[in-house]
Amino acid sequence: MLQIISLLVENKPGALMRVTGLLTSRGYNIESLTVARTMDPTLSRMTIAVDVDQNLRSQVIKQMNKLINVLQATDLTDVPAVCREMVLMRVRVGMSSRTAILKEAEIFGARVVESSTEGFALEATGEAEKLEEFIDIMQSYGEIEVTRSGSVAVSLEAKKLRLSAPVQKAHAAVASLETVGT
Amino acid sequence: MSATGTSTLSGAQILLECLVRENVDCIFGYPGGVTLPLYDAMYDHPIRHVLVRHEQNACFAAEGYARSTGKVGVCCATSGPGATNLVTGLVDAMMDSIPVVAITGQVSSKLIGTDAFQEADTFGITRSCTKHNFLVKNVADLPQIVHEAFYIASSGRPGPVLIDIPKDVFQAHSHYVPVSSIHLPGYKVFTEGHTGQIRRAAQMIWEAERPFVYAGGGIIAAEASEELRELVETVDVPAVNTLMGLGALPANHPNFISMPGMHGSYAANMGMSNADLLIALGVRFDDRVTGRLAAFAPRAKVIHVDIDPAEISKIRNADLPIVGDVKRVLSKLTKVLKELEPSCREKNSLTRQAWWRQIRSWKAEHPLTVETSTSEIKPQHLMREIDRLSGGEAIVCSDVGQHQMWSAQFIRFNKPRLWINSGGLGSMGFGLPSAIGAQFACPEKLVFAICGDGGFQMSIPELATIANHGLPIKIIVMNNGYLGMVRQWQELFYNNRMSQVELNSFPDVEKLAGAYGFKGRTIESPHELAPTLREVVNEPGPYLLNVKVSSYENVYPMVPAGGAINEMVLGPPQPVTA
Ligand SMILES: Cc1ncc(C[n+]2csc(CCOP(=O)(O)OP(=O)(O)O)c2C)c(N)n1
Ligand SMILES: [Mg+2]
Repeated sequence: MLQIISLLVENKPGALMRVTGLLTSRGYNIESLTVARTMDPTLSRMTIAVDVDQNLRSQVIKQMNKLINVLQATDLTDVPAVCREMVLMRVRVGMSSRTAILKEAEIFGARVVESSTEGFALEATGEAEKLEEFIDIMQSYGEIEVTRSGSVAVSLEAKKLRLSAPVQKAHAAVASLETVGT
Repeated sequence: MSATGTSTLSGAQILLECLVRENVDCIFGYPGGVTLPLYDAMYDHPIRHVLVRHEQNACFAAEGYARSTGKVGVCCATSGPGATNLVTGLVDAMMDSIPVVAITGQVSSKLIGTDAFQEADTFGITRSCTKHNFLVKNVADLPQIVHEAFYIASSGRPGPVLIDIPKDVFQAHSHYVPVSSIHLPGYKVFTEGHTGQIRRAAQMIWEAERPFVYAGGGIIAAEASEELRELVETVDVPAVNTLMGLGALPANHPNFISMPGMHGSYAANMGMSNADLLIALGVRFDDRVTGRLAAFAPRAKVIHVDIDPAEISKIRNADLPIVGDVKRVLSKLTKVLKELEPSCREKNSLTRQAWWRQIRSWKAEHPLTVETSTSEIKPQHLMREIDRLSGGEAIVCSDVGQHQMWSAQFIRFNKPRLWINSGGLGSMGFGLPSAIGAQFACPEKLVFAICGDGGFQMSIPELATIANHGLPIKIIVMNNGYLGMVRQWQELFYNNRMSQVELNSFPDVEKLAGAYGFKGRTIESPHELAPTLREVVNEPGPYLLNVKVSSYENVYPMVPAGGAINEMVLGPPQPVTA
């Protein structure tokens, strides 16, 4: 089973590289990764689905929490959480199958976002397994092209966000500016 | 004129200003194209810059400075090759948790990503070799970043931090506004240990029948030697210091057992293996200490104190974890231990006395002994003579190999920050440059650089730095004619097929040192050893002493890789006598 990690990170260059680097340097394969700004534009929320051995998961979370740009890393694998994914799909079908496709789309709660004589563009969200089923069925109607968003997750438990307070800077008592000269 | 007023400073000047405010008195570095503006600003700036002869050694020297003082060491290199040459030193500092700030030049902002001359992705390359790194994009951000870098390097679990500064940022002008506070919301520094956990730890310690202290480099990083001594004396518990922790508890302390691990002493490893409680303080259960993990301290419960939560239960499950600054945790722990003492002291006193008797008998059964010979200098003999001259007080910077292990076994350290070596990374070429850093930091101290004939040859360029500044470093080359540690493994595990380990053509050190303008000498007779070492120490300047020792000596005890630490090989197979 994949480990689902939710991270709150500073929206800074390099933050993503630090998080993924930590996983890749240990040889873990990232199944999916999403990242986008939060309501606070200085922060981003990341959801990662990654293949990590059960017994190493807490170590991964600890290592992520050590990263300076990471405000909080949480393991959502075994806690109450909602995990969803979105699929965008182009289906090329002839006129004869159009109605059938629309029926299937309705069953899976997918929406038509584009329609032409060539076929449809569909949008669906849901749990990964359900989306896979949807993709399988659509494939039986004709040629499809699929883009998956990867998982996004939200925890159903309130977890306190502990942030470090600012540290006052005690400067060495120097008057070096005089010697620097300007 | 006040620079904080209307005038502006260049990025290079701002950087130097920030370094001064961080109490930096010495930078080890090497200039280049993109750092020209910085070196121009240094030209009439009071901060001291030491020109090393290779950037790797700038980082090692900064480490030597940091390891000998606890202050942040600073090194500086240009973009591209300068920055990539720092990498080994950064990883070294990372592995041993040493506070270093590295400043690298970068090509101008507009050129980044164009394969410009001497461009390398320093920010990307050093991501995994630093605690944190920065790429400065705007001169206005520079003061904040520099102070953040020093704060990150020196707080919590220390480590190296790199600041990559493009040439145009050095050149750009800005109003300098001193930084009054640092805000890193995601940087968690755990200092106070959990009071309830500390109380439980105290109870476990009094209840244990065979307690054993396993203390490491964390004690030195936290300046917690005094607190360690108090704890050890309060419960009268035996203690080992790891390779990184030597000097944490004075070697002449009656409770000090010596070093554990692959080349640890019999008593230290037997103590670890038979304890029913391991009090692990600022250690990370390195594989060179634990040997085969499944067989490591099998009967022991573990109390693990560390400032880094990721170290807890990383290797060995902690029965009682305490995350916090080991100095503060120990002082609280000892207080609670003393409170509980009247009701607990007697409980296990008989079993504890038996435990001490057992440990003393292990010590007596297989002590670390110095063999001497009348025909050749034994490596252990060399280390014992250095130990005599040091008296537990000199700084000893070691390179990596057999000589490092013999130094750790036979040279005693009565204080922290005297024993300086590359523990985690095991970087050959570390000894000499780290001694340069230590000698700059501690000009009054006697500093030895102990190198193998292999590692010394990785550091030869720095003889110029030593000569240049007349640093009175005592360079001792333990010359066995081989990459001794590799040869030992080839002998023991590869049928003695000695492949690429013989070091021929070692230079004549008298001529070599003479070429740099200081004294050098080679000795090979045991009778010369003590008097020559006295001469070396009495020489006011640098000295390069090449000591030819027996070639085929192996470091014992030895726990073969993958072995349990109580299954040590204590010595070479004895010849069968009829
Ligand atoms: C940079 C680097 N390269 C290779 C090694 C592997 N290595 C470990 S010990 C050793 C031999 C060191 O030989 P020498 O400096 O003569 O010391 P001795 O073991 O003989 O005391 C080698 C090659 C290393 N630790 N570091
Ligand atoms: Mg050698």
